[in-house]
Amino acid sequence: MLRFLVRRLIQVIPTLLLLSLLVFAWLRSLPGGPAGALLGDKATPEKIAELNHILGLDQPIWTQYLRFLGRALVGNFGNSLITGDSVLAEIGRALPATAELSVAAMVLAVGLGVPLGYLAATQRGRALDSATIVATLVGVAVPVFFLGYLLKAFFAVKLGWLPPSGRESTGLDATRVTGFAVLDGLLTREFDASADAFRHLILPAVVLGTIPLAVIVRITRASVLDVLDSDFIRTARAKGLAPSTVRGRHVLRNALLPVSTTIGLQTGLLLAGAVLTEKVFVWGGIGTLLADGISRHDYPRLQALLLLGALIYVVVNLLVDVSYAIIDPRVRLS
Amino acid sequence: MNVLMQRRRERLDRLAAAGGERDGQSLLAEAVTRLRRNPVAMTGAAIIVVFVLVAVFAPVLAPHGAEESFDALRAGLRPDSIPGPQPGFPLGSDQNGRDELSRLILASQQTLLVGVLATLFGLVAGVLIGVLAGAFGGWVDTVLMRLTDVLLSFPSLLLAISIAALAAKASQTTVIIAVAVVSVPVFARLLRGAMLAQRSSDYVVAATALGIRRRHIVLRHMLPNAIGPVIVQATLVLASSILDAAALSFLGLGDADPGRAEWGLMLANAQTYLDVRPELAFYPAVAIILVALGFTLLGEALREALDPKSRR
Amino acid sequence: MRSVLAALTAGLVLASLVSCAASQREGGGGTQDTFVFGVAGAPKNFDPIFNDDGESFRPQRQMLETLISYKPGTAELEPGLATAWTPSDGGKTWTFALRQGVKFHDGTPFDAAAVCANFDRWFNMPGAAAQSQMIYYGDVFEGFAHNEGDTQGQPVYKDCQASDPNTAVLHLNRFKGAFPGAFGLTSLSISSPAALKQYNADQVTQSGDSFSYSAYANEHPTGTGPYKFGGFDKANNTITLLRNDDYWGDKAKTAKLIFKIIPDENARKQELRAGTIDGYDYPSPADLTSLRGDGFQILARKPFNILYLGINQKNNPALKDLRVRQALAYGINRDALVRNKMPEGSVVPANVMPEAVAGYAPDAEAYPYDPTKAKALLAAAGASNLTVNFYYPTEVTRPYMPNPTDIFSVIAEDLKQIGVTVNPVPEPWNGGYKDDVQKAGKQDLHLLGWTGDYNDPGNFIGTFFGRPKAEFGFDTPALFDELSAADATVDPAAHASAYQQVNRDIMAKFLPAVPLSSSPAFIVVNKDVHGLIPSPLTNEEFGPVSKSPAS
Repeated sequence: MLRFLVRRLIQVIPTLLLLSLLVFAWLRSLPGGPAGALLGDKATPEKIAELNHILGLDQPIWTQYLRFLGRALVGNFGNSLITGDSVLAEIGRALPATAELSVAAMVLAVGLGVPLGYLAATQRGRALDSATIVATLVGVAVPVFFLGYLLKAFFAVKLGWLPPSGRESTGLDATRVTGFAVLDGLLTREFDASADAFRHLILPAVVLGTIPLAVIVRITRASVLDVLDSDFIRTARAKGLAPSTVRGRHVLRNALLPVSTTIGLQTGLLLAGAVLTEKVFVWGGIGTLLADGISRHDYPRLQALLLLGALIYVVVNLLVDVSYAIIDPRVRLS
Repeated sequence: MNVLMQRRRERLDRLAAAGGERDGQSLLAEAVTRLRRNPVAMTGAAIIVVFVLVAVFAPVLAPHGAEESFDALRAGLRPDSIPGPQPGFPLGSDQNGRDELSRLILASQQTLLVGVLATLFGLVAGVLIGVLAGAFGGWVDTVLMRLTDVLLSFPSLLLAISIAALAAKASQTTVIIAVAVVSVPVFARLLRGAMLAQRSSDYVVAATALGIRRRHIVLRHMLPNAIGPVIVQATLVLASSILDAAALSFLGLGDADPGRAEWGLMLANAQTYLDVRPELAFYPAVAIILVALGFTLLGEALREALDPKSRR
Repeated sequence: MRSVLAALTAGLVLASLVSCAASQREGGGGTQDTFVFGVAGAPKNFDPIFNDDGESFRPQRQMLETLISYKPGTAELEPGLATAWTPSDGGKTWTFALRQGVKFHDGTPFDAAAVCANFDRWFNMPGAAAQSQMIYYGDVFEGFAHNEGDTQGQPVYKDCQASDPNTAVLHLNRFKGAFPGAFGLTSLSISSPAALKQYNADQVTQSGDSFSYSAYANEHPTGTGPYKFGGFDKANNTITLLRNDDYWGDKAKTAKLIFKIIPDENARKQELRAGTIDGYDYPSPADLTSLRGDGFQILARKPFNILYLGINQKNNPALKDLRVRQALAYGINRDALVRNKMPEGSVVPANVMPEAVAGYAPDAEAYPYDPTKAKALLAAAGASNLTVNFYYPTEVTRPYMPNPTDIFSVIAEDLKQIGVTVNPVPEPWNGGYKDDVQKAGKQDLHLLGWTGDYNDPGNFIGTFFGRPKAEFGFDTPALFDELSAADATVDPAAHASAYQQVNRDIMAKFLPAVPLSSSPAFIVVNKDVHGLIPSPLTNEEFGPVSKSPAS
């Protein structure tokens, strides 16, 4: 197992290098540049050119790339052009925000999706089943951002039940430990901060969780149906086992295998949804960093983010593979 | 092997296998007959028919042009007040004194165009890759499939966003390309599966034994028989292409030409006026949802009808 | 599975417990003594000399002060740290009588030596990296003791002498029309020399593709203002300022002033409605009516900006013809544009600068909307089938340009009506637009604007048309000479009337750009907020701001 992990990680290095070079060259071939982000409206073209010169942005791309690589190797990704803050510090603050949102969305999707899918399967062909199927299809067809604005306008603005945006109320002064707002509140016993963070989390999590929820419901339903129709369940029933035992021991356990894969797959997809959701709810996470960085040509930030993205992608894939091997003994890691 | 890509692959391969050794067209015909009695499929089909008719006849249906502004509407237009319905303008004004109804109708053309073109490009590229891989097998297959596997394992919207964001200048073309690239691996995988399924079938073995040229077999027999699963997939890809293109427009990564009527762009522009006239956001949003729903409903129903596993 | 369900149930129970705990301690935030103001962007740092944008200036202005200040709500000068200022020697010597008994936040005294230390610091700033960040200083004083960047201007600054503790005498190498107005620029705020030294203020180092600033600029800005630096919480995007209890003037009304950075316009609005902030800057013009309907106060800054349609005479020969440029001015329904797309209180100015600036000529050539006349002029110039590349920016809003895309499409529709073929070229503001328009001059027509820094026409028309620029593509020495002569006029009344004549000539004889609008920028605050006076220069002071109890 360990050898497998090490080999996979080593295989990743050339991919990352190639990816970083591509991203780097592409980014820097775009019109405009960081000087525009660094200086305000009053900067003349001459000032901008001077700044580009000082920053070495007028040098050949490969020179710039080597310098970038040299710095990146010692963990220096530079400062963001937008905030002037160290890019690593920025990402360090944003990562827990996105992780918290993703986990909440996934908990929602799994917690609601698996029971619902199971229920729909057992009620096959009846009203509940049809309603669930139609609802999941609609769920996939609604653009994430539109759902976000809709829920926000209704629950936050019209009814005022939930906060419209952000991660915590202004002036709360919650203590930060892990960066996960809800967890921090519990750890520091600032329960009001925890509750506040929880309330902020609800709407974005619902929005981000909608598509995974729809997918999980459908997969669960399909795979439960598969299992229900299979011979060994019929045998179990014929043996006279109690229906609850059949359901718990046989149906669910066997049906959950494809479901768990889907959950892994959807977790990867959450990142994409997070960009849109974070935009709607002004959630200070990775998605926000990325969107702002793109629109303002923040080279240092984008470079670090894209490398990080590739790294996360590789790690998530690896984790899913490993967990799959644990759930299903038939799968061997090779 | 990576489990994530494996899952997505398996799903496509299963659909591809639906064609099996049988004639793809007759299979499709059979599926369509079965669909007639499926209310979900018929709802989807009805939505698509209406949408396509509106798009095709948009210039006739729309009372005005997309870019024309009207003094009658501009008279009451303020940054914080947009004129509502009035004689001659049933849905009122947009944010620039243009006829909202006409723009909504004309926008259907853009949506259809982007959806169809993106799907078509994805299809053509995917089919090329898939046919090459499936027909020849061996190292060609290995290399091509390795590449598509990598693409396949990326979150599709994130991939589209990256491609569109990295384009030097946002335009309709970059959106179509970004959305199309995402669907290439899907089609490639599908086609390859369908080809493999048929390569070992009796008629291909027989044709090869008879000394019929490989190209002939691939183009005349294998490809047409793979058409069923491809149509199913194309229907689903159309839905996601329309949604992805709308999301790109919303993020400001689409063609910013303000004269152009396009639902995603209209929705994005309406964000400023949510308090003033929420209808401006509501109309295009509902249009996008309906059309995407139409293609999803039909596509899912088709898939279910074709999928050997769900045909019981 | 059962264990999963159990865990989920436990989680839900825990969550509900947590929300119960909250209900007992609710209502802690938003006290009388804290004013929370929503802003659109983060400051770059807190040392004004290295900044050139409004988001950075806003907190700086509460902590640091300038020699000359502005009367609240106007662009008129009033005493700041200097109680009086007198030019002599043809405007080359400025004598400042300084306010007495003023102390910096670190307890050191404010005196003439401190003022001169600041001027000397700017003039002797070492390093190309630091110099390149001093946009406003470079603009006003044109050069350094040692120019290390690419700009090799002759410095305007000569020296500063503290003739006695309360009198600072500034010697310049030549007069500029920018004075005395420019002494009020936030960038030229006076810092504590002791703090500057202690926290290595001049240290601007390059780090990769960006810059790192000193501890002074990041954590220890030390001025004389009504508020002291409290902290910048980057995780929660809040800047906290604390009342300076030793302030020389009226003490700040609230003990704490918090700027909360909320980049999204809709989010700012929703936070105000949810009561988590007391007000915010730059509400969308589209929201004014509904915000007012909800009982919020809308404060309008007097227009001190200009949006113009720039005409580049270089690429398309037809645009060299004055008649064609006049046709464009006649052919655009600017009144309707302002009514339809610009916020309430916007006007079509008669010059390429706002009405509030001294030297404005209301009687300049007006070009009222007249499509027939426009077509006739085009025909006379032989340009009836004129085709133009019309550049406009995307991904940007500015107070003078709330929605460039909409403004473009309204103008383009007008131009089509007079037979001009418009080829739209949208480009991202930072992704090519500014480069292509200002540096490469690729456009025929473009949208651009400017917000004034101080009350002098040189800051507007001098900046736009005072020298050959790729943006406008003309080289007319007659206009350049007229502008520099006006700038060199020292007597304020003669200065203004000289500029009036330039404005008349620009509109009648040159027409390098068509003024489109001057528009107010807004602030919105809760109804219980008092004392916030909107400034045309976006120079608001938060010291006098208070919140009365909700009755």
